[in-house]
Amino acid sequence: MADLTTDFLGIKSPNPFWLASAPPTDKEYNVRRAFEAGWGGVVWKTLGSEGPPVVNVNGPRYGAIWGADRRLLGLNNIELITDRPLQTNLDEMTRVKKDYPDRALIASIMVPCDEQSWKEILPRVEDTGADGIELNFGCPHGMAERGMGSAVGQVPEYIQMVTEWCKMYYSKPVIVKLTPNITDIRKPARAAKAGGADAVSLINTINSITSVDLDQMAPEPTIGGKGTHGGYCGPAVKPIAMNMVAEIARDPETHGLPISGIGGITTWRDAAEFMSLGAGNVQVCTAAMTYGFKVVQEMISGLSQWMDEKGYKSTADFVGMATPNVTDWQYLDLNYVTKAKIDQDACISCGRCFAACEDTSHQAILMKEGRVFEVDDGECVACNLCVNVCPVEDCITMVELPKGEVDLRTGQKRGDYANWTTHPNNPSSTAAE
Amino acid sequence: MTSPMTPGIAAGRLSTEEIAANFADLHPQFDAHEAQVAADRCYFCHDAPCMTACPTSIDIPLFIRQIQTDTPEAAAKTIFEQNILGGMCARVCPTETLCEEVCVREAAEGKPVEIGRLQRYATDTLMAKQSHPFSRAPETGKRVAVVGAGPAGLACAHRLAMKGHSVTIYDAKPKPGGLNEYGIAAYKTPHDFAAKEADWLMQIGGIDLRTGISIGSDITFDELRGDFDAVFLGIGLGGVNALRTGGEELATDAVEFIADLRQSSDLSALPVGRNVVVIGGGMTAVDAAVQSKHLGAENVTIAYRRGREAMPASRYEQDLAAANGVKLMFNVMPSSLAEGEITLEYTSVTDGKLSGTGETVTIPADQVLKAIGQTLTTVSGVAVEGGKIAVTGAGRTSIDGVWAGGDCTNLGEDLTVWGVAEGRDAAEDIHTTLMGA
Repeated sequence: MADLTTDFLGIKSPNPFWLASAPPTDKEYNVRRAFEAGWGGVVWKTLGSEGPPVVNVNGPRYGAIWGADRRLLGLNNIELITDRPLQTNLDEMTRVKKDYPDRALIASIMVPCDEQSWKEILPRVEDTGADGIELNFGCPHGMAERGMGSAVGQVPEYIQMVTEWCKMYYSKPVIVKLTPNITDIRKPARAAKAGGADAVSLINTINSITSVDLDQMAPEPTIGGKGTHGGYCGPAVKPIAMNMVAEIARDPETHGLPISGIGGITTWRDAAEFMSLGAGNVQVCTAAMTYGFKVVQEMISGLSQWMDEKGYKSTADFVGMATPNVTDWQYLDLNYVTKAKIDQDACISCGRCFAACEDTSHQAILMKEGRVFEVDDGECVACNLCVNVCPVEDCITMVELPKGEVDLRTGQKRGDYANWTTHPNNPSSTAAE
Repeated sequence: MTSPMTPGIAAGRLSTEEIAANFADLHPQFDAHEAQVAADRCYFCHDAPCMTACPTSIDIPLFIRQIQTDTPEAAAKTIFEQNILGGMCARVCPTETLCEEVCVREAAEGKPVEIGRLQRYATDTLMAKQSHPFSRAPETGKRVAVVGAGPAGLACAHRLAMKGHSVTIYDAKPKPGGLNEYGIAAYKTPHDFAAKEADWLMQIGGIDLRTGISIGSDITFDELRGDFDAVFLGIGLGGVNALRTGGEELATDAVEFIADLRQSSDLSALPVGRNVVVIGGGMTAVDAAVQSKHLGAENVTIAYRRGREAMPASRYEQDLAAANGVKLMFNVMPSSLAEGEITLEYTSVTDGKLSGTGETVTIPADQVLKAIGQTLTTVSGVAVEGGKIAVTGAGRTSIDGVWAGGDCTNLGEDLTVWGVAEGRDAAEDIHTTLMGA
């Protein structure tokens, strides 16, 4: 069986599955249950400064969207950082770390953007024995309006400055958690690196309104007839998160900076995908909030089985393996040709491919007598929409046209690799004379 | 105290509670969440096979999507536009041989989208609101007589009324509904649904229902033709085929048995044999057999003269019978009846012709029910072909101004849903004819 032990910034954990800083990690009771269930690490719910804690709303704090059979696809929340006293959290963290020395325990912190605030809290966190800290520069609601959370994460200069303070007043690893509510995720990542961060973690939640109550005419979750944007997470945000992870992993300025991947990770496969794009480990929240801590058992068994099947001995073997294959559009091979192919034995004749292609695409699927659907290679541009809408997995596949064979649509033989940079239609083409 | 083992024919073989449970809804209504889950399984097929398979061409993918998006009332309207008896069809249609048989999920997984139950969810939701989704066009001044208040007659009358014509429905029975009211198993349409549906349908207005009136004895066919601008015949099949075996007088009609059962206000007072034998292989045979069992008969046998594959009742119906403890005998035909027993002769088919093998078996039979098909009894001078009213196009008979639809015609199959389709189409044709194209 594959060894799932993960070394992230020198912090060892029995597997790469950590619980993200969020409601599930707000107190000792939950974290002990999580460790008992098998989670490799926990990022404790974000701590604030000494003094009266923040307060939460007393109405609903989550909103959601669902798929078939009410499967939860996306969740948003308007909960703030921990609303319990700082010392209570610190005492609990100390006890938990002592009892679970083999698990990773990270303290998430969000205090005002002045050196004194950080100078005060960091030694107290250090005393808990936690393995590292994560700077919450991500929460998009409630705290941002007070100059914290994503208000910091959206200004690279602040990120660098605060990271420098942390490296000054704290001896263990510093992870900077990034907000996705920004145009170019590489900028805050570069700032974190410049400030001396040991790693970045991403994504935090995305500004969102999940639904509108059409009777009250108010966004949900609705608090007394009003709503506010919340932080969006869950399976729906995974594609956005993976792109951001890949952007940082392949940026020459941040390449090699350790990444903790976060965003909709629900199964072992999601984790493997994040890690292949460059994340050294992953953090999970919504899956646990939806199904309970037990889900980690499937993540552990699944990742381990897949690693065995692929012959990976440790997680480090495949971390970042897909990163080099993430490129810019202009470098894609324009001479790579595929055609959709429908497996007639697998086809159940629903006709969705036909409707999609006929109505919205290239009229490349023919509907024949007896509800037989066939691809017209002369029209097929290989857009993949038929594959995406087909309810039967692997019924429609994209078959590569071998080099030298004629593409019936263009009448051209498939040639060697060539991309947009050298294409005659490109005004700034750099084709050799 | 009577029990299933009480000899002969007796009432009260089961307790009132047991009988009530036996005649409860065969397929209870979906609740909202079940409907969502079931609706989510629909693929919204292009040119959907289910829609093609429906005799009334209901836009099934559309109504299921309307359920999915939490508008079952809109779904019901989609259904009723094509089939005003969509509520009854949702209960009694043999969906396993119609829409659900061709569902692509049936092909893919052997488990179709539950179209019938989803249809019921939609139609029940709208009907529970006591609202009628259609309104009547301005009065045209045209008068149409509809003979027979069964599915074909009701569908025809509704469509005609909607178009603004004045409709008078005549039916010999005291209640409207035809076989929906008198001829279908009680557990398929409990809670007096057939009567409620007819009332609901009449809310369109412009329909005068006259029950207890027979054409021929109370009013002549010629009088009708003279009094009305058009006549629609939805008279069904009034007669029952004969067994043509010794002791025939000992057998009763399954249709009559079901009608008595459906109209009974106290099923524990309804007598049933300890040993019941039903002759036939259609849905009426299954309905009669299963209900006999539900009343408390100890042994119920369906004796069908051909093999299982030829049985008109669907495999689903056969399994329903078997699951309820009914014994299915194939390739046997009645040879003679005597007090308390029936002798069946085994059959074989050679060159497509059925004949007895000479071998017989005698089984106990306190009650023998005939379900061997019905025959047309009222022929009002219109041309008949193969024992049914011959029609062309949208139900035009050999007489000008007279249309026909439903089981009495040579169109479609003898199912509620076919009756609705034929009644509706005849109404459209009558409308076009009366108003001029």
